[in-house]
Amino acid sequence: MGTEEMKIKLLNGCEASAEGALSAGCKFYAGYPITPQNRYPEYMSKRMEETGGIFIQAESETSSINMVFGAAAAGFRCMTSSSSPGISLMQEGISYLSGCELPAVIVNMSRGGPGLGDVTPSQADYFQSTRGGGHGDYRTIVLAPWSCQEIHDHTYMAFDLADRYRNPVVVLGDGLIAQMYETVKIRPKKKRFPKKPWALDGCYGRKPNSLKSLFLTPGVLEAHNWKLAAKFAKIEKREVRFESYYCKDSTYIVVSYGTCARITKEAIDRARGEGINIGLFRPVSLWPFPYQQLAECIRTAKKILVVEMNLGQMIDDVKIAAANSSARIFFYGRPGGGVPDPDEIYREIKKK
Amino acid sequence: MKTIYQRPESLTSATSIYCPGCGHGIVQKLIAEVIDELELRTRTIGVAPVGCAVLSYDYFNFDVTEAAHGRAPAVATAIKRLLPNRIVFTYQGDGDLAAIGTAEIIHAATRGENFSVFFVNNAVYGMTKGQMAPTTLPGQKTTTTIYGRKAETHGFPLKICELLSSIDGVIYLERTTTSDIPGIMATKKAIKRAFSLQIENKGLSLVEILTSCPTNWKKSPIESMKWIKEVMEKYYPVKVFKEPSVAKI
Ligand SMILES: Cc1ncc(C[n+]2csc(CCOP(=O)(O)OP(=O)(O)O)c2C)c(N)n1
Repeated sequence: MGTEEMKIKLLNGCEASAEGALSAGCKFYAGYPITPQNRYPEYMSKRMEETGGIFIQAESETSSINMVFGAAAAGFRCMTSSSSPGISLMQEGISYLSGCELPAVIVNMSRGGPGLGDVTPSQADYFQSTRGGGHGDYRTIVLAPWSCQEIHDHTYMAFDLADRYRNPVVVLGDGLIAQMYETVKIRPKKKRFPKKPWALDGCYGRKPNSLKSLFLTPGVLEAHNWKLAAKFAKIEKREVRFESYYCKDSTYIVVSYGTCARITKEAIDRARGEGINIGLFRPVSLWPFPYQQLAECIRTAKKILVVEMNLGQMIDDVKIAAANSSARIFFYGRPGGGVPDPDEIYREIKKK
Repeated sequence: MKTIYQRPESLTSATSIYCPGCGHGIVQKLIAEVIDELELRTRTIGVAPVGCAVLSYDYFNFDVTEAAHGRAPAVATAIKRLLPNRIVFTYQGDGDLAAIGTAEIIHAATRGENFSVFFVNNAVYGMTKGQMAPTTLPGQKTTTTIYGRKAETHGFPLKICELLSSIDGVIYLERTTTSDIPGIMATKKAIKRAFSLQIENKGLSLVEILTSCPTNWKKSPIESMKWIKEVMEKYYPVKVFKEPSVAKI
């Protein structure tokens, strides 16, 4: 296929994300089939072979994430992908990654739940993604792309963020982005990588390294948690990402993220065409959440509408951002794999 | 003065906090001695999951990582695939390998991953203070089988070497004991064999080692050794289950 010389490709979200990972120098992928992201392991099985990386079809998502733990411990850029139930199974491993300060990338093409749910797009994993997800006091950086280009770029960026902060990073897509095809400008291959003096590759010429999250001596685990807290505070300061459309001076702000924001944007364009003074605020990093930036955006707002493909999860963060605002906050959501269309959101905008 | 015995370089000078008579100290020392003898220390990576194995991070004087309970074979799989020239081993208890991590060991075995597994079978959950393990013997009293393990309610012990011997990806399987000096010497030989086969890229090797847990067995160290010999070795025969010449089909 001559992938090296082709710069623009028609890819679905799984493939676009996988190419982002490969451009970022990902050398290890472990995964287990689950709809709607089956294309991911299939595509990676081929591409890892072509690029000299390692692909393993694991026996479970539990095993996938622990293989990723091993790959990260050995100092290699590594990742897994799955969809909601599989991501639930990975939570213990993600907690260990954060506790041991290991960099890794986890792509969640989320689907309707709870339980087995269905295989259609959903944003019901917002809480799980942004509140750590597993046990213990930790966070993962969460990026929420809304196009195939963005999932490519976000996945690429996720590897740099993971290495920079030695922490797992979640790319939160959904069944829509996983399966839609768009043209994607492929990033050039990353050539320079940060050194990892903490990695385990045999202690030749140095003192032995050990990686652990277990600290039994009284006070040591607390100190370790304070160290992590300082790191999380740094991330909150530096890694906030968002986009706003027509937010300046708008009296009506819609807050939405990911593919749902993309659908919402169409409804907003239509409402603006009719002279409604409305804007869209789109958090791109869900953690750290752009609290200050949203607070700024809603300064002149009288009404805020939060649109999500769930029963209302990000709305909690919007309320925190709006703590000093007198704007009224409304919610429109479609849970269980329901996907709103622009007309539906337009009607909601008019109704409130 | 002539040095006739010293601590292996592969062990740190930390004081062990394993209970008196515990088998972990014996097995970890044997692993360290073999690593020294084969001159592997600077290219070895150990994977020690949850269980009393966690204390080993302070004792092994080479690269070691933690692993979640049961998941060491998954962690080791990735490390060895990415660093095929390094020596990788897992060090797992029986709750870890034979209960919560059964899927991981079976699938690492089916994939024929080229690392070594040291499986410490002490017939109880040591770290959590003596509950029934999958390897607990019929009739054995533990904190969750206070009247003794009964087949009707608790099922039968899991014989890991017997189970894994049907898997083609496994190259070497041996069960050894630490109940006496010849047993300990044979254990060391088996550990050496496992590492040697890994160096030759032969596939997965596993040594199951019958060890004592006097604290949770509520026995003295000496009674514990006797119990391994008289009870455990009867149920879990000490022998080679699979070796390269036999494994080749
Ligand atoms: C997911 C999870 N479940 C349970 C535990 C608690 N736990 C810690 S050690 C252990 C048992 C270990 O027993 P074994 O593997 O036999 O090793 P030993 O301590 O006897 O050497 C358990 C159940 C845990 N840490 N993580």
